[in-house]
Amino acid sequence: MALVIPKESYSGKIYEVQIGSGGKSVTIGGANALPFLSFEGVFPHKPAVALEIMDIAPTDWPETVQKAVSGASANPVSWAKFCQEQGADLVALRLLGTHPDQQNKSADEAARVAADVAAAIDVPLVILGSGQAEKDSQVLQAAAAATRGKNCAIGKAVEENYKTVAAAAMANDHKLIAMSQLDVNLAKQLNILLSQMGFAKEKIIMDPMSSALGYGLEYTYSVMERIRQAALLQNDPMMQTPIVCDIGLNVWKVKETIAPDAEMPEWGGLADRALAWEVISASGMLTAGADMLIMRHPGAAAKTKELIADLM
Amino acid sequence: MALSGVEIFKYLPKTNCKKCGHPTCLAFAMKLAAKQASLDACPDASADAKKVLGEAAAPPIRGIVIGAGDKAVKVGDEICLFRHEKKFFNPCALAVSIKASEAGDAAAKKIDAVKTSEIDRVGQKLRVDAICVTDDAGDAAKFASVVKQVVDGAPGVPVILNSKNPAAIEAGIAHCADKRPLIYAATAENAEAMAKIAKEKKASLAISANGLEALEALSDKVKAMGVDDLVLDPGARKAKDMVEQYTIIRRAAIKKNFKPLGFPIISFADRGDSLAEATAAAIGVMKYASIIVLNSIEKWKMLALLSLRQNIYTDPQVPMQVKQDIYKIGDAKESSPLMITTNFSLSYFIVRGEVENSKVPSWIAVMDNEGLSVLTAWAAGKFTASKIAQFITESGVEKNVTTKELIIPGYVAVLSGALEEKLPGWKITVGPREANQLPTFLKGKA
Ligand code: B12
Ligand code: SF4
Repeated sequence: MALVIPKESYSGKIYEVQIGSGGKSVTIGGANALPFLSFEGVFPHKPAVALEIMDIAPTDWPETVQKAVSGASANPVSWAKFCQEQGADLVALRLLGTHPDQQNKSADEAARVAADVAAAIDVPLVILGSGQAEKDSQVLQAAAAATRGKNCAIGKAVEENYKTVAAAAMANDHKLIAMSQLDVNLAKQLNILLSQMGFAKEKIIMDPMSSALGYGLEYTYSVMERIRQAALLQNDPMMQTPIVCDIGLNVWKVKETIAPDAEMPEWGGLADRALAWEVISASGMLTAGADMLIMRHPGAAAKTKELIADLM
Repeated sequence: MALSGVEIFKYLPKTNCKKCGHPTCLAFAMKLAAKQASLDACPDASADAKKVLGEAAAPPIRGIVIGAGDKAVKVGDEICLFRHEKKFFNPCALAVSIKASEAGDAAAKKIDAVKTSEIDRVGQKLRVDAICVTDDAGDAAKFASVVKQVVDGAPGVPVILNSKNPAAIEAGIAHCADKRPLIYAATAENAEAMAKIAKEKKASLAISANGLEALEALSDKVKAMGVDDLVLDPGARKAKDMVEQYTIIRRAAIKKNFKPLGFPIISFADRGDSLAEATAAAIGVMKYASIIVLNSIEKWKMLALLSLRQNIYTDPQVPMQVKQDIYKIGDAKESSPLMITTNFSLSYFIVRGEVENSKVPSWIAVMDNEGLSVLTAWAAGKFTASKIAQFITESGVEKNVTTKELIIPGYVAVLSGALEEKLPGWKITVGPREANQLPTFLKGKA
């Protein structure tokens, strides 16, 4: 009884989405098989790793990751350049300072920062709001206009604000990140709503909502596996958008990345532990099908890129 | 992959003699397919039928136990490719390699690290599961001495004997013969000798080959020699090859019931750099490895890998939950603080850990919300003011806690007004959002 390699017959393919322009532009997607199974499909683009920066100093990031960026994080432009030097495929600017509970910065101010950052780097730019849906509508509109022509990825469009955010991306020729809440049907629903308002599905990157290792990672993992299966095996065009995972945000608030050595001796040293937490969370998302990761620690991002090379 | 009644019928005598207690062979076949009868009931079944039907009834991936006693680990016996289809059942074993060249102090240190590796996570005790003694010196006596050091130093911890030299395995297994070790590995060159040892000592046997075709041939060969408990190493070391080869093995076993590859997989996450090794092991955890051998087991690394394993192997249909109850932490008295949380294990154990940290004796009221986290339960309408009020009233906690103050999670601060209305006589206090601020909060109250 000789083994016949049991291959799946895939009928779908993930859309290829390009971000940025010129030599350093990044294209993600394009796969026509489940993650890393190159014996039965093609993977024209490797998953991309973005490093996160903010429009305010990262004072509420845990010490381990604050230290790793401390030389540059005083202003967003130097921070962005630093990320580029560290080998990030993209820079992800989170406009957290615009959040009403933070510094409540104005949309115009945010837009200026976005334009300055975009001008300072060659790698593509991802622009993220603060997560406050209402404020994000205004902020992302302004930021999208200020970076017109740069082919950024902007987001996140969510159920509450997708119309305005998508309109801003469309008017200024950007790609769109659309986030739903850990649910296969909600992810599809949002893509349908966006398509219905005329936003090309081939320009969407979906964010199924990430979670950190030990804190719900398995939910994201399985939602992503199911999304990929629907896209490739059931050839569902509304599921064929590439996936982004916003990891750093979730990882760098859990106790494993914060508790000092003395507090949890049975957990090992904080520096290694925190780095591993982000890298292993990333490895989970990659295995489940992430096309792009947003990370915080340059060392963790570098290690994740090593893993990607090992996987391809 | 189970056979249908009609497929089973083909193998029966077709005499309808009724000795099995069923009117016809076909009726009996239907009962067999439904697993409501056993082939033993048919006295005339041929040897061929017994073989084919026996194999079809066996799980697609054989379950294998390594070690003996309460630290023994069971691996394999999985039935799906994706955890959302059902669940992954037997968590992969994480093992550390101790090399013969590390005999003495270095080995002693690793043995000690294994013994102190246990951590408590979300109510489960997790630890390094096994030790792999690796023959890197090509010296059978030295190898055996390290096996002895391991067996004496970490009694009960399952052992993997790693050598391609049958003489070394012979010498090593003398120290753990009754402990069901795993032998690694039979290869095309040494298969006869290794199979002989495995059979004699009732050990399980890993087979190692380069590529799946060679592995299949070796599997058939070793099985023909009478060894049933096999473990597979297709030779993949690069992450890409691990994902691909392990996927093919798992698919062949589960979707095609392909017997030569219907065994657990052993993976070596051998990397010079410890974090890179952790990433390779992580790929193994997610992609079907049942035993993963590491070079080093720093605490930070094991915490990450054991947490990942716990995540991947939880039941996707039923969140881990604790019982609804009023839990007493420390020497709590009538005047001690009372907090409420949901019965999602993760929420409860995080809160409990921080309360214990604070050293302030307290009560934790755990409410059954079908295992949802605080915010999820709230968003799902299962952690509302009326439901909390009803739970608190019916729990009779008033008798234990005279302060009549209820501390609620900071994330559901919005509930406090409605709760005060629904729980007359109670004071509702909004606690911090994150549990790690609880020690400061509780100390401030004490
Ligand atoms: C995993 C997850 C799920 C899982 C469920 C996991 C589970 N077993 O609960 C699934 C996928 C099923 C799910 C579903 C939904 N979810 Co959900 N989910 C999450 C996610 C990613 C993590 C939740 C988690 O496990 N947290 C970890 C636990 C330990 O947190 P916790 O219980 O809150 O405990 C912390 C604190 O509250 C505090 N604490 C706990 N108890 C106590 C007690 C006291 C006294 C104190 C002081 C503190 C304290 O300590 C803990 C650590 O600090 C969060 C987003 C996020 N990153 O937080 C969204 C989130 C909770 N979900 C959300 C929503 C809306 C939903 C859905 C309604 C939407 C949907 N997808 O359909 C459904 C509802 C479920 C249903 N209808 O049955 C929202 C809630 C929004 C809101 N603010 O109301 C969130 C916040 C996502 C978001 N940002 O929008 N979800
Ligand atoms: S005992 Fe065997 S041969 Fe006789 S009826 Fe039953 S199945 Fe058929």
